[in-house]
Amino acid sequence: MKKWNLIIDVDRCHNCGNCVLTNQDEHVGNTFHGYTAPQPRHDGAWIRIRSRAEGQPPMVATAHLPTLCNHCDNAPCVAAGRGAVVKRQDGIVIFDPQLAKGRKDLVDACPYGAVHWNAELELPQIWIFDAHLLDQGWHQPRCVQACPTGAMQAVQLTDAEMQEQVKQDQLQVLQPELRTQPRVYYRHLTSYTHCFIGGSLFTGEQCHSECVAGARVRLSRDGHTLGETHSDDFGDFRFSGLARNSGRYRLDIEHAATCPVSLDVELREASVYMGALR
Amino acid sequence: RDGTVRYTTNTNGGPLFVYVKDGRIVRTTPIDLQRDDAASWTIHARGRRFSPRRIATVSPHALALRSMVDAKNRLLYPMKRVDFDPNGQRNPHTRGISGYERISWEEALDIVSAEIKRMKREHGPGAIAIYHSSHHQWGNVGYYLSALQRFGNLIGYTRVHLNPDSWEGWYWGAQHHYGNSMRLGTPGGYGLVEDCLKECEQIVFWSSDPETTSGCYAGFEGTERRLWAKELGIDFIHIDPHYNPTAQLLGGRWMPLRPGSDSALALAIMNVWVNENLYDHDYVATRTTGFEEWRAYLLGETDGVAKTPEWQEAETGVAAREVRALARRWAARKTYLAAGGGGQGLGGAGRNPTGTQWARSMILLMAMQGWGKPGINFGNLQAATPLDMTFYFPGYAEGGISGDLHWTAAAISNYNRMPHVLSMNPIKQMIPRQKLADAIIDGHSTGYSWDGVSLEAQFVPFHYPLPGHSRVHMLYRYGASSFGTMANSQRMVEAYRHESLEFVVNQSIWHEGETLFADIILPACTMLERWDIGEWAGAGAYGHHIQEQLNHRMIVMQHKCIEPLGESKSDYQIFLEILQRLGLGAVFSEGCSELDWCKRVFDSSDLPNHISWQAFLKKGYFVVPPASEAQREPAYFRWFAEDRPKDVPEPLPLPSQYADTFGKGLQTPSGKLEFVSQTLRRAGEDNPERQALNHYLSSPEGPAAGERFERYPLQLLSSHPRYSFHTYSDGKGSFIDDLGDHRILKQGYHYWPLRISPQDAAARGIGQHDLVRVFNERGAVLCAADITPLIAPGILKAFESSAVYDPIADGKGGTIDRGGCVNLLTSPRPIVKGSSGMASSSCLVQLEKWMETSACPV
Ligand SMILES: Nc1nc2c(c(=O)[nH]1)N[C@H]1C(S)=C(S)[C@@H](COP(=O)(O)OP(=O)(O)OC[C@H]3O[C@@H](n4cnc5c(=O)[nH]c(N)nc54)[C@H](O)[C@@H]3O)O[C@H]1N2
Ligand SMILES: Nc1nc2c(c(=O)[nH]1)N[C@H]1C(S)=C(S)[C@@H](COP(=O)(O)OP(=O)(O)OC[C@H]3O[C@@H](n4cnc5c(=O)[nH]c(N)nc54)[C@H](O)[C@@H]3O)O[C@H]1N2
Ligand code: SF4
Ligand code: SF4
Ligand code: SF4
Ligand SMILES: [Ca+2]
Ligand SMILES: [Ca+2]
Ligand SMILES: [Mo+4]
Repeated sequence: MKKWNLIIDVDRCHNCGNCVLTNQDEHVGNTFHGYTAPQPRHDGAWIRIRSRAEGQPPMVATAHLPTLCNHCDNAPCVAAGRGAVVKRQDGIVIFDPQLAKGRKDLVDACPYGAVHWNAELELPQIWIFDAHLLDQGWHQPRCVQACPTGAMQAVQLTDAEMQEQVKQDQLQVLQPELRTQPRVYYRHLTSYTHCFIGGSLFTGEQCHSECVAGARVRLSRDGHTLGETHSDDFGDFRFSGLARNSGRYRLDIEHAATCPVSLDVELREASVYMGALR
Repeated sequence: RDGTVRYTTNTNGGPLFVYVKDGRIVRTTPIDLQRDDAASWTIHARGRRFSPRRIATVSPHALALRSMVDAKNRLLYPMKRVDFDPNGQRNPHTRGISGYERISWEEALDIVSAEIKRMKREHGPGAIAIYHSSHHQWGNVGYYLSALQRFGNLIGYTRVHLNPDSWEGWYWGAQHHYGNSMRLGTPGGYGLVEDCLKECEQIVFWSSDPETTSGCYAGFEGTERRLWAKELGIDFIHIDPHYNPTAQLLGGRWMPLRPGSDSALALAIMNVWVNENLYDHDYVATRTTGFEEWRAYLLGETDGVAKTPEWQEAETGVAAREVRALARRWAARKTYLAAGGGGQGLGGAGRNPTGTQWARSMILLMAMQGWGKPGINFGNLQAATPLDMTFYFPGYAEGGISGDLHWTAAAISNYNRMPHVLSMNPIKQMIPRQKLADAIIDGHSTGYSWDGVSLEAQFVPFHYPLPGHSRVHMLYRYGASSFGTMANSQRMVEAYRHESLEFVVNQSIWHEGETLFADIILPACTMLERWDIGEWAGAGAYGHHIQEQLNHRMIVMQHKCIEPLGESKSDYQIFLEILQRLGLGAVFSEGCSELDWCKRVFDSSDLPNHISWQAFLKKGYFVVPPASEAQREPAYFRWFAEDRPKDVPEPLPLPSQYADTFGKGLQTPSGKLEFVSQTLRRAGEDNPERQALNHYLSSPEGPAAGERFERYPLQLLSSHPRYSFHTYSDGKGSFIDDLGDHRILKQGYHYWPLRISPQDAAARGIGQHDLVRVFNERGAVLCAADITPLIAPGILKAFESSAVYDPIADGKGGTIDRGGCVNLLTSPRPIVKGSSGMASSSCLVQLEKWMETSACPV
């Protein structure tokens, strides 16, 4: 049977907020019986964007990660819910607005922080995939409709078809080690989770220097080459997708006009822009 | 299916469906086009077919609409300031301080109409000033250029004349090199989406962030097209002190520079082009004038200073080698210059003290590279899709129901197509908006016109007061955005409290910063509570054909979706009831309700050829079919590059303004691109800030300020807010308040974010989201620090347009605004001497961590 899945392309999200706003528009002050009680006007958003910005001018990287309930197939919240949280046949998880009343424990049951406590109504609440609209024949949840970049896509596939797509497009889920089997998948997730090492090459003295284009830059560790690139017209080179806190790397830079240079660099919590290198 | 009724409306950020149940708005959604709506265009480029998504994309501020209708700050009843007595003590000095009491509409309208009559009797023409802002809720009937203008003309008023706020540098500068005064100095665009996708190799975004500003009004229509460009491998450069959201989405080389130093960078690029022989000699020889003089300046032959990449480094902070790299790359590739968010104009760089220099340089750069040749043009894929612009529907600037042939573009088509009773303001007295406070306080002011009719119109000053006319004693304020949007807006406080202002009425929808400076408050309703009609992004006049930012032209019925909340009324109804007290009700309305006027607008357009009024009312919108491939406009400026008669549907210059044969050449005296402007030379070389040759002058709101720079060493950018449309949809408890990049929630208060580099924050002991006092000699504002590497050190970025003006005691005997109106800090200096342009998008400030305990509400 076909079930709902959400695919989010991190590289296409520019934090415009439309997904957050449509969800507020849909749910603040509106009750959808059997699906959900209203979202609070302030501070209770069910869709949230986490953002990262790193590097230094002029070489920086940003990534925006929309987060919401993952509608997990092996959901701790369903297990903890004792009937208050149900998994629908189409994959969508619903926190029953009656049965879940007062169940603050369900906020902690979710390892993703996707459950939001509505203090006024004493209700744990999640993004409901706009199940109430899908049941009326809508083709997609509202966040997907309003996303201007196509960063969000809702697909109705069998689990087998979805797994096929996961392989094909190298989709990832958040914290797979939790084994919750999320139905929300991310494309280019490493743009958020990983970081870069970069620099800008130049030659000449302070008062007349030139950018070095076309230099060969090799990234290696313990003698193993991890990647190779060429500096661009501005002398810039960059290696992305490196794991945070992954330690020491070596850069070997070669260009016909200059002597070869080798540099060591250590990657900690965040990306490293090595600045202008001569 | 869920018992809702689906209406339609239109906003500054795109059209919406509005779902209503039991008199309550349930939701608003973008409009997905249906199969029976007109087909979409297709562009074939580089072996691919490009056709847009069949949806009307919308901006975040559009999606906040529902929360604006029932906002906590809605004005629901007419109100009177408690210590204002029209027959006794008026107490102007307590404006902004004292409270309000609810009164009846009867009493409110009686007071307002009695004051109008008294002004005419006791003070004479000019005593009443009407002051509105630049933007309005969408629609052709309710718009300020429509109903308000008609109302104003019927009572007679001193015009608070707006400055060309969006276009300053282009209007007061760029147009003198090439014309286009009717576009306020900005280039136009036809056929350029196709040309760019087919030919262009690189786009240079210069003060251009279309993912934030969407050109103007255009939802996210350009986004998909820019993503196509990325897929095609077109390169991107971003020249902006901020790594803005467009750069974040598209990637490409970021070149941060000091605000206001842009022209130095541009001159250095041109210097490299001359020295390395990298410009289009043939184009320069045949399509331009004055190059020898310009070349001599670039090389330093005239003033001994060669404008080299090394020279600009001290001004901009950009390494000389990077400028050389950029200059060479630019010359080697067919390049689109995206100057400003629209790609063809606007841009924060054109709204600061060196804004004219920047905009002028943008034109000169393109003049050296063959503007108009395939793949070489202005743009960022925001404008110029292949739509059908022969289909007529009036833009808002055509004046709607105003009947005003002088101050709207009604005379061109609207008045003929929708015959209605003319109206006219016989009072010629005007005050420039940016000098309103000075005019009230000092009793006099001088301004220069925002008038695109010719290149010279702007040189003619107008004075206040005019001989025989009255000073302003009554202010009819429509809207309440001044503190957030006017340069050095702190001055408005004193102006409002000036004793010469005997009466202030404010007609607004919400309690915003400025509303509470009125004596009488008249509560208007939102457009969802009244009827209107309008075309998405259809501006008309100076915004001729800017609908070509869209993927589909859409004309929208703006249904009255719900009844007005509380006792609020439509602006139209308020005007009508005031005018009825003056015996002018029927002249104003012509017996028409707002819905009747919508029908008259409908009938005046080409809609009746395609859809009946009944069907349009029911469906709510109409999609204009795109032009057939054969009908598509050629690329903009190609005709000029090829020295042919003009072949794009742009009715400018006026017939008399061609120096040679009608239709050939530009509006300039030479008919060519002029490196050295003859219109500026003729206007007099005595203006050192705006010479015929675009001399570089450092920004007075930068390091060149000397001693002031030592005291206020940070340059604060105040550019357009990403999530709100100016003040519209900010504050008031709207959904947007909850977006962390719009406002930052701290201790129950939504603060205005201030972007700051890690270096500048660390130097001041400021941590993430700490409250900070941003100040200079002009005022102080409380913001929340957002520490980010996306802004270069030495520079801060906040948005202009906070709708919340909320002064609190600063613990030092003064006040500090915790609403976030950074325009309290901006410079009142005009963009250049002899202009009324504002220059506020960057200013010098200092910053300190705010010790929270010292604040207490006034
Ligand atoms: N520092 C700095 N300042 C700037 C700029 C900048 O870049 N930097 N940009 C400038 C530019 S380009 C612009 S366009 C201006 C915009 O500045 P403004 O035009 O002053 O700003 P808006 O928020 O559009 O103001 C509209 C006002 O009209 C009211 N209003 C809207 N619709 C209605 C209606 O239907 N009825 C009634 N009664 N009232 C209504 C709104 O509530 C609001 O108070 O800001 C300028 N200021
Ligand atoms: N969401 C939203 N969209 C809007 C509006 C809005 O209020 N909100 N307003 C509309 C209106 S009225 C207008 S006029 C347009 C305005 O559109 P623009 O004028 O293009 O917008 P700005 O934000 O002023 O400037 C764009 C970029 O210029 C950069 N910038 C500022 N100063 C400088 C400088 O000195 N040098 C350089 N190189 N870059 C600089 C800013 O960092 C910003 O990224 O937007 C329209 N669209
Ligand atoms: S994300 Fe959390 S709330 Fe949602 S299904 Fe998984 S465990 Fe439950
Ligand atoms: S709507 Fe799309 S682009 Fe905008 S914030 Fe959400 S996911 Fe990102
Ligand atoms: S001044 Fe000339 S020679 Fe001396 S270091 Fe600089 S570039 Fe080299
Ligand atoms: Ca990114
Ligand atoms: Ca067209
Ligand atoms: Mo503007």
